Amino acid sequence: MANKLSIITKGLLKENPTFVLVLGMCPTLATTTSAMNGLEMGLATMFVLILSNIVISLIAPVVPDKVHIPVYIVVIATFVTVLQLLMQAFTPDVYKTLGLFIPLIVVNCIILGRAEAFANKNSVWDSALDGIGIGLGFTLSLTVIGIVREILGSGAVFGFKFISGDGILAFVMAPGAFLVLGYLMVLFNKIAKK
Amino acid sequence: MEYLLIIVSAIFVNNIVLAQFLGICPFLGVSNKLSTASGMSLAVCFVITLATVVTYLINKFLLVPFGLTFLQTIAFILVIAALVQMVEIVLKKVSPALYQALGIFLPLITTNCAVLGVAINVVTKEFTFGGEAHMLNLGEATVYAFATSLGYGLAMVLFAGIREHLSLNEVPKAFKGLPIALISVGIMALAFLGFSGIV
Repeated sequence: MANKLSIITKGLLKENPTFVLVLGMCPTLATTTSAMNGLEMGLATMFVLILSNIVISLIAPVVPDKVHIPVYIVVIATFVTVLQLLMQAFTPDVYKTLGLFIPLIVVNCIILGRAEAFANKNSVWDSALDGIGIGLGFTLSLTVIGIVREILGSGAVFGFKFISGDGILAFVMAPGAFLVLGYLMVLFNKIAKK
Repeated sequence: MEYLLIIVSAIFVNNIVLAQFLGICPFLGVSNKLSTASGMSLAVCFVITLATVVTYLINKFLLVPFGLTFLQTIAFILVIAALVQMVEIVLKKVSPALYQALGIFLPLITTNCAVLGVAINVVTKEFTFGGEAHMLNLGEATVYAFATSLGYGLAMVLFAGIREHLSLNEVPKAFKGLPIALISVGIMALAFLGFSGIV
């Protein structure tokens, strides 16, 4: 049981996709303009990650080695399309804010990376847990970056404003994303490698 | 005149890396040395332009007439993957020298989100270049894709130059490697913000 739990928890710290593995940088930087956006992007990625991990662990034994990457990409692209259609139907506003970065989940290296590194040689159950763990780690990192950028950029957390005034606009725009991620990585290195 | 606006806007104002956050992984991954950075930029430039033209045509003449636009994501990624493979094979045969230079970068490009990003953007988004918002036609799309990839190359080569200098400096231990690189990109992006408002 402890073994199963560690599959989930390793995604949060030891193999954190953002701060340790440094994968999936594009959505990490682009969608974290506020805490809420970061959280939503993280959840959307987690949805695709869990489902693709499950299916890939099921089909891995029968897929010929030569074509395994294209096959995996088609599986991932299918789930991304499912997600796109679901979001358009039920959460059109979120779909609009995240925009281009929903279809781009297809080329998020976290998902193909987990398929290659974990799902194709582990059981269905373990792969699903791995998807949950890595997905949670990704969601957590995105939310933290989003919180920092929202506080600095507009003096609010999850839309709840507690500092009056405009905030530092640059942190909501592109440069702030790089700066905040850079300094958070420093902090993470300092804490995790002690 | 409009083409000039597209070019300036795509290279400087809406730089694909520094303002749109596309293609960050290879941007951080291969920018350690100036020579690999320029090789990668060339390969990306080639593939983005070609892929955008092909996916634009497929979208216009296959997906839209048959009401299949919901398959865009799947269709585009497959086309791009196949295209990259084909470019690799053709280059190997036609120009071994160029293949030697670009070879190792080509397989990496399939998962470069800049390629898929530009392809999807061009067929789904309305652009305003001086005039009113409109969907791009084939000529504009091609110029936009080419200019965007030039912007990618520019950012990549500039950043590789900065990184070569960074590696010679003493930085605090926790900042070593990626953190200091990200902070440098942040400052670069801040400089590029100065271009906003030109177009």
